[in-house]
Amino acid sequence: MPLRRGIGVSSGVVIGDALVLETEESRVPRRIVPRDQIDHEVSLADRAFESARKEVADEREQFAARAGNELADIFGFHERWLGDVKPRKEIASLIRSKHYSSAYAISVFMRKYRRRFQEMGSPFLQERAKDIQDIERRLLHHVGGETRMELASLREPVIIVAHDLTPSELVALEKTKRLLGFATDAGGTTSHTAIIAAGLGIPAVVGLENITSHVSSGDTLVIDGLHGVVVVNPDESQRSTYAAEAKHLEEVRDTLAELTELAAETRDGVRINLLGNIEFPLEIDDCINRGAEGIGLFRTEFLFLEADPLPGEEDQYRAYCDAVTAVGDRPLVIRTMDLGGDKCHRGGGWEVEKNPFLGLRSIRYSLQNLSMFRSQLRAILRASVNGDVRVMFPLISRIMELRQAKFVLSLVMEELEEEGFEFKSDIPVGVMVETPAAAICARELARETDFMSIGTNDLIQYTLAVDRTNERVAQLYSPADPSILRLIRRVVKDADRSTTSISLCGEMAGDPLFAILLVGMGLRTLSMAAGNIPRTKKIIRSISLADAIRVRKRVMSFETEREVLNYLRDETRKVWDEI
Amino acid sequence: MHDNSNSVRVEVTISNRQGLHARPVMRFVDIAMKYECEIRVHKNDLTVDGKSPMEMMLLEAVQGTVLALEAIGDGGAEALNELAELIDGKFGED
Repeated sequence: MPLRRGIGVSSGVVIGDALVLETEESRVPRRIVPRDQIDHEVSLADRAFESARKEVADEREQFAARAGNELADIFGFHERWLGDVKPRKEIASLIRSKHYSSAYAISVFMRKYRRRFQEMGSPFLQERAKDIQDIERRLLHHVGGETRMELASLREPVIIVAHDLTPSELVALEKTKRLLGFATDAGGTTSHTAIIAAGLGIPAVVGLENITSHVSSGDTLVIDGLHGVVVVNPDESQRSTYAAEAKHLEEVRDTLAELTELAAETRDGVRINLLGNIEFPLEIDDCINRGAEGIGLFRTEFLFLEADPLPGEEDQYRAYCDAVTAVGDRPLVIRTMDLGGDKCHRGGGWEVEKNPFLGLRSIRYSLQNLSMFRSQLRAILRASVNGDVRVMFPLISRIMELRQAKFVLSLVMEELEEEGFEFKSDIPVGVMVETPAAAICARELARETDFMSIGTNDLIQYTLAVDRTNERVAQLYSPADPSILRLIRRVVKDADRSTTSISLCGEMAGDPLFAILLVGMGLRTLSMAAGNIPRTKKIIRSISLADAIRVRKRVMSFETEREVLNYLRDETRKVWDEI
Repeated sequence: MHDNSNSVRVEVTISNRQGLHARPVMRFVDIAMKYECEIRVHKNDLTVDGKSPMEMMLLEAVQGTVLALEAIGDGGAEALNELAELIDGKFGED
């Protein structure tokens, strides 16, 4: 009956049985082995140390060649740690005295060891707990992988309750098709896991602080992702209310699922390209499954945000290749890192700015941190040989920035050519139109690009001068403001008069309220979170181009956001009553 | 039992800003491993093996920590010289 409030990260309601995951390290099952197997377990542990050490040594060599000594040093430490006889001896004695399995002995020892660091006063030393965790993961992987990924063997549908989930755990759970939803102590709307959950459409509430201590496995839970509410052991009336809501949402989803194989085409045959927005390559499958015809926005900064150390060229190359493999021969638009503003990586070097959104962010940051930018462009270019890869520069506010970025790209191409790497020399180059300056000068930008994509989130914030995370003014933030609509219309017209293609990839693209209007404005490519693709397709398939143009004409005559919203709501309801 | 006459000791103060974190430990262990002798590192009541990165990390030797280095066996004096030099030179950091 008790109701717990957190942050809803994806809409949807689900009722089910809870499965509480222990903290990560204790997910290695406590296993006692028979006496005659002890020698075997000790040698398993030894071998895990040895193969983990070799693996690190290999990685260190790769890093030393590409990323310099700093990173190689960190791996050098891991290598020496894994070569140390002391931890091996202690783990062997745990196995011999307590008959633990090698995996469990490793996890017990490492947990104890890691805790010593977490208790240390110096932040530099506390940080090392992360290295220890990394070493532990490697060891567990080599000892036979009895790790968290046992999650992949869920038998019954469950709601996962955990302190936190990593993106890879979430994806492993999703693949079992047994994950109903999840609730975590940690996390916020910008955590990777939350972003992926929203993309996958998994009902989830995060940031509950202490849900793990209030729920036991087997409890019945309601997850209301829309309102950010978790109900533990709901009473009869709560249960029936939520069950009705869940059933209704499921019916809607089923209707939409029938559309997956069908084209996003208006009744009179105008094709609209629906693409997916992603943060990590592992989200691509889900986009495709929901009908995306490619990826219109790969936000690469997420590869950097929580990474420590920062990904080098090789790490990025691997990530981009993974993405290319997942997307197949469909287009993949890779946006270069959009760091700064509210997205600062842990690598440091960030100065406190008075107005971070007007400061050193995005393409400006890239152009001032050329070694990072070049390694990203190298990785993108190298991956480009395998598919339809396109590169896009964010937050362009003047044509010189575009020219500089293209100049760096051409330098990197020369470099790669000299080094004998293959790449696509005619890779399409595009820009985000997300500053008023870029929107106003779109005609000029169009001449020097192959494509442009309107990023409404920033365009709205900069045009209306509203920070939507500031709750005192957030109500002033609206995609329906006439100024925004006129800017979008203007950019689309300018693009149509050029050879450059135009798309829209902000949150507005996935908002069903704007689907008809955007088609009426002339947009033929929309890129959005995977979860929004089906309903957008449903709306597009229910209208004709003539309808869309009529709606656009009417909307462009309004003077206030309110009129726009009311009108669009009425028009959308005519074809989609779930709005 | 080792021969006490064979043991040498020296006190050092950690002076680099970040203290004895991963990289300094690595440098320290690399030097210690070159020598035949046993290397022990004492901090108050805690004694660790100077050739074990695992144990060395547990010293929690932040800037200003005083450590006693002890070498037992062949080449001890030479080993301590080199280790003290590394520490006094702030591990090449700062």
